[in-house]
Amino acid sequence: MLIRHFWDQFWQKALAASAGVAVLTLGGIFLLLLTNGWKAFSQIPLSEFFSAAAWNPAAYETPTFGIGAMLMSTLLVTLGAMAIAVPLGLGTAAFMSELAPARLRNLLKPSVEMLAAVPSVVIGFLGIVLVGPFLARVFHLPNGLNALNGAILLAVMSLPTLVSIAEDAIHAVPKAYKEASYALGATRWETLLRVTLPSCRSGLIAAIMLGMGRAIGETMTVLMATGNATAMPNGLFDPVRTLTATVAIEMGETPQGTAHYYALFACALVLFVITLLINVAAERLAASYRKKGQ
Amino acid sequence: MAKYLWTGLLLLLLACTGRRVETLVIKGSDTEVNAVLQLAERYMELDSAVSISITGGGSGVGIAALLNGKIDLANSSRELNSHELQYAEQHGLRIVPHVLAADALVIITHPSVGLDSLDMTQLAGLFAGDVTDWQALGARPGPVSLYGRQSNSGTFMYFRDKVLGRDFSPTLKQMNGTAQIIEAVRNDPGAIGYVGLGYATEPDGSPRAGIRVLGIVPAGQTAAVSPLHRDNLTQGNYPPCAPSTSSASAKPGAASAPSSISNNRPKVAASLRQTGICRWKKERL
Repeated sequence: MLIRHFWDQFWQKALAASAGVAVLTLGGIFLLLLTNGWKAFSQIPLSEFFSAAAWNPAAYETPTFGIGAMLMSTLLVTLGAMAIAVPLGLGTAAFMSELAPARLRNLLKPSVEMLAAVPSVVIGFLGIVLVGPFLARVFHLPNGLNALNGAILLAVMSLPTLVSIAEDAIHAVPKAYKEASYALGATRWETLLRVTLPSCRSGLIAAIMLGMGRAIGETMTVLMATGNATAMPNGLFDPVRTLTATVAIEMGETPQGTAHYYALFACALVLFVITLLINVAAERLAASYRKKGQ
Repeated sequence: MAKYLWTGLLLLLLACTGRRVETLVIKGSDTEVNAVLQLAERYMELDSAVSISITGGGSGVGIAALLNGKIDLANSSRELNSHELQYAEQHGLRIVPHVLAADALVIITHPSVGLDSLDMTQLAGLFAGDVTDWQALGARPGPVSLYGRQSNSGTFMYFRDKVLGRDFSPTLKQMNGTAQIIEAVRNDPGAIGYVGLGYATEPDGSPRAGIRVLGIVPAGQTAAVSPLHRDNLTQGNYPPCAPSTSSASAKPGAASAPSSISNNRPKVAASLRQTGICRWKKERL
């Protein structure tokens, strides 16, 4: 009896501890970024860091640390990705849960989710050898290593998250809503557009935001396919260098304790805060639709 | 009870991995990695008790790893800068540099640009962003598309300091590796880039398909010098040549590798030649 009691207690504690690890890790990461990132601002004025000044830590004369162009690059690529992924993802989700026959749906859902299993380095590689040359040919550009290339690849990468959550949200709409709509003589299209989708709006927004969080944080793909020029981009056809790519490229070569080192932590902190805000907002919206769904 | 058994087993497993193997970890320059790979293979044939692992990543990555005590030898296409030397001194590291060879940096363009040579001023003007259209140099009109490496690359620093003497244009597309520069230049009709000679040529010394290797007019001269003729390199006529340095930290055993390599110089010279790296001549810099 004693041993049984011991193991019962043991597993309860072990499970609680493993849950605690996740929370501690998140807190630890935030603290680490904050303490190291903060030190950057004792050497770099805030007005320079958040300005359009060049990001040139390895300058010939005076290094400058401005993240304006990189922040713009990150936003450009992410919003571009969302412009592609949102109509595609929501369309797929609506089709899967409302229109597709069961057999097709059982084929579609795992296929879309399988997209998430493709390693980002493979997607980046496809960006170099396939999407890049294709864009260059279609738009008559000298090369295809630009923001649009990154946006297309990130759209593909955020689709699984977006579709999966949007589909769950649409699926959770009570049957009674639709039945009422049909009873009033509405067609399936009218029901979908006027009743089903609006009633799970918060869930759909949560899906979009989580997809966006996925796109902002992605590193390898954009690093490979967007050209990594540090100049301020003028549009989707310019090469860009995102915040994630900068941290990935430069962290390995930066001596610890330098202004450059802390500036990279500050970049990571900015990214962390952006993704955290997006995810918190998405979670709150998702929670509100879960309540409604019950 | 079972818990202790597992812990014991784990400790036993850990103890087993403690077997002593003489390994040498080398990291750094991307332009140098192929040459050092050849050297290491030859060295391991001569001394089977040593296992050597080599990775690229860029000179800066190698030097940072050396300073952080993670590796035995760093390959670098540049000399250590004052910050790095200072860091080593503060941490009690004695850095032993050893110049292996000089690597010819060649300038490559897409064949449709139509130029055969550039002088040093034109080259600097292109990479610093003063010249943005090929028409200014009398070539086929079209935007100049710059390709180079990232700031962790020793060639990036070397090129900036010795060829440009100022910052690169912010429109420089910073590629992950030299092979990616070649691939990009092949596909971009306005492209110009710089790479190590070994990446631009086939093993027999002829230029690779789809790119054009430019001759360079040295400062104060009128005739272009092509890096494709071996004599131009060995006699020091071709201007942009970066030193390929291997630096070892003062860890027993580690610093012995480069000297054993140079003791076997005749044997490794043949294999080095295939990678496009040539004999070191100090006056070339």
